[in-house]
Amino acid sequence: MFTQLTDWFPVLLSLRVAFISVFIISFLGLPLARLMARREFYGKEFVEAAITLPLVLPPSVVGYALLVVIGKNGLLGKTLAGMGITLVFTWYAVVLAATVVAFPLMYQSAKAAFQSVDVNLEKAARTLGAGEVRIFFTVTLPLAWPGIVAGLVLSFARALGEFGATLMVAGNIPGQTQTIPTAIYFAVESGRNEAARTLVAIITVFSFLVIFWVNRWAKKQKH
Amino acid sequence: MWSMAVSIILFSEAENPGNLPMIITAFYEVIQLLEAQLTKKLWHFKLDVHFKVKNQILLLWGHSGSGKTTILHLLAGLLQPDSGFVKVNERLLYSDAEKINVSPQARNIGYLFQEYALFPHMTVRQNVFYGLKCKKCKGDEPLVDPVELLNSFGVGHLLDRYPRQLSGGEKQRVALARALAVRPRVLLLDEPFSAVDKKTRVGLRKELRKLHEQWQIPFILVTHDEEDASYLGDEVIHLEKGRMRDLTTSFTGYARGLRADNTAYVQM
Repeated sequence: MFTQLTDWFPVLLSLRVAFISVFIISFLGLPLARLMARREFYGKEFVEAAITLPLVLPPSVVGYALLVVIGKNGLLGKTLAGMGITLVFTWYAVVLAATVVAFPLMYQSAKAAFQSVDVNLEKAARTLGAGEVRIFFTVTLPLAWPGIVAGLVLSFARALGEFGATLMVAGNIPGQTQTIPTAIYFAVESGRNEAARTLVAIITVFSFLVIFWVNRWAKKQKH
Repeated sequence: MWSMAVSIILFSEAENPGNLPMIITAFYEVIQLLEAQLTKKLWHFKLDVHFKVKNQILLLWGHSGSGKTTILHLLAGLLQPDSGFVKVNERLLYSDAEKINVSPQARNIGYLFQEYALFPHMTVRQNVFYGLKCKKCKGDEPLVDPVELLNSFGVGHLLDRYPRQLSGGEKQRVALARALAVRPRVLLLDEPFSAVDKKTRVGLRKELRKLHEQWQIPFILVTHDEEDASYLGDEVIHLEKGRMRDLTTSFTGYARGLRADNTAYVQM
């Protein structure tokens, strides 16, 4: 049924990419979600729609948009090329694609989680003399934590499984930009069904375990 | 900060040839005073109030949606008024004319929230110590020991419980201890008895009276309950659509009578 996997590169790259993009997503997404959860400003709906867009657009469209930006003749790509930096068809592009596509999942979960925290708790902390940073880390974040973890898991899974945008901006270069999903596609394409099966099994079992663990953890948090 | 009653015993031979000790009791009443004049445009009406409170219980009484909670928020600095000022003991906390707006963190105004707003993920101990950790870094005046406060409220044994394990009355006491632990100059109470049953309510009202007598700072209490108003209000502001209908002490006589009846009963 399964063959010994000869090339572990796609598995390692996928995991590495997923971890790095989730890190970037948390770093940018949490402050943004916190801001959007409580502030009202002119044009907020517009910004929100733009942030959520990669979630609903076909990944090939996101990939195309990224090419327009970081491609060799792209808006940013040209400047970077002048500095001797190429992003397209490197593993950085894989990270970028995964980050952009998975970002809305983290953002949406975190925003909902922050909004679910009773405002009066933050106000109470303020009247007790706590500064905004302390309030965030001692009141808001701990109470929003379950929702944030859900966002982390969802975005991790999405980053791990990213296919369309990745293929467009990073291609499928074995040993360089080949991830589990692209490796599966091209294995099937070239009739290497056994290699595909092994990768499918790996990603399925891994994803299952992550979701299983998070659900159990979430249940424990309630008690 | 505290109103102090200092008893000085003088042995004045010149005036008291019989060598009788003359006891002079000098009251150094440091009057805590809050004055506020506030306007703010709200959804359906414009809030426009002006009042002064000494070491008294001021009651904001009115139907829901009459702007009571908004006034508390404006005093605490959680909301910003359109114009006016807030002054506590001659210190301006807010003034649109002088462009002063002290942050809620630095106002030193205690706030007991409706439903108490205890931090659900912290134990009672962590809740009541929360404010002290902020104060310590500022090196302010000596603070109150929250554990002693809890003991005096009869809930000292609940230190390691979580808020969800407490009854309404217990939550209220913990929230009071948390607010008072940072030694506020004014205490705001938003519907303090709304989350407890009728029987507990009567007891808590008496405790609050007693507490006010101990602390001697202005208490501003929001309620829509007439019994609260008659029992607790030294002064009552009747709010209707953001305006003061009358500033009345008419409840006071009744309240005093009630209090006299209950003095023996008051036990903290």
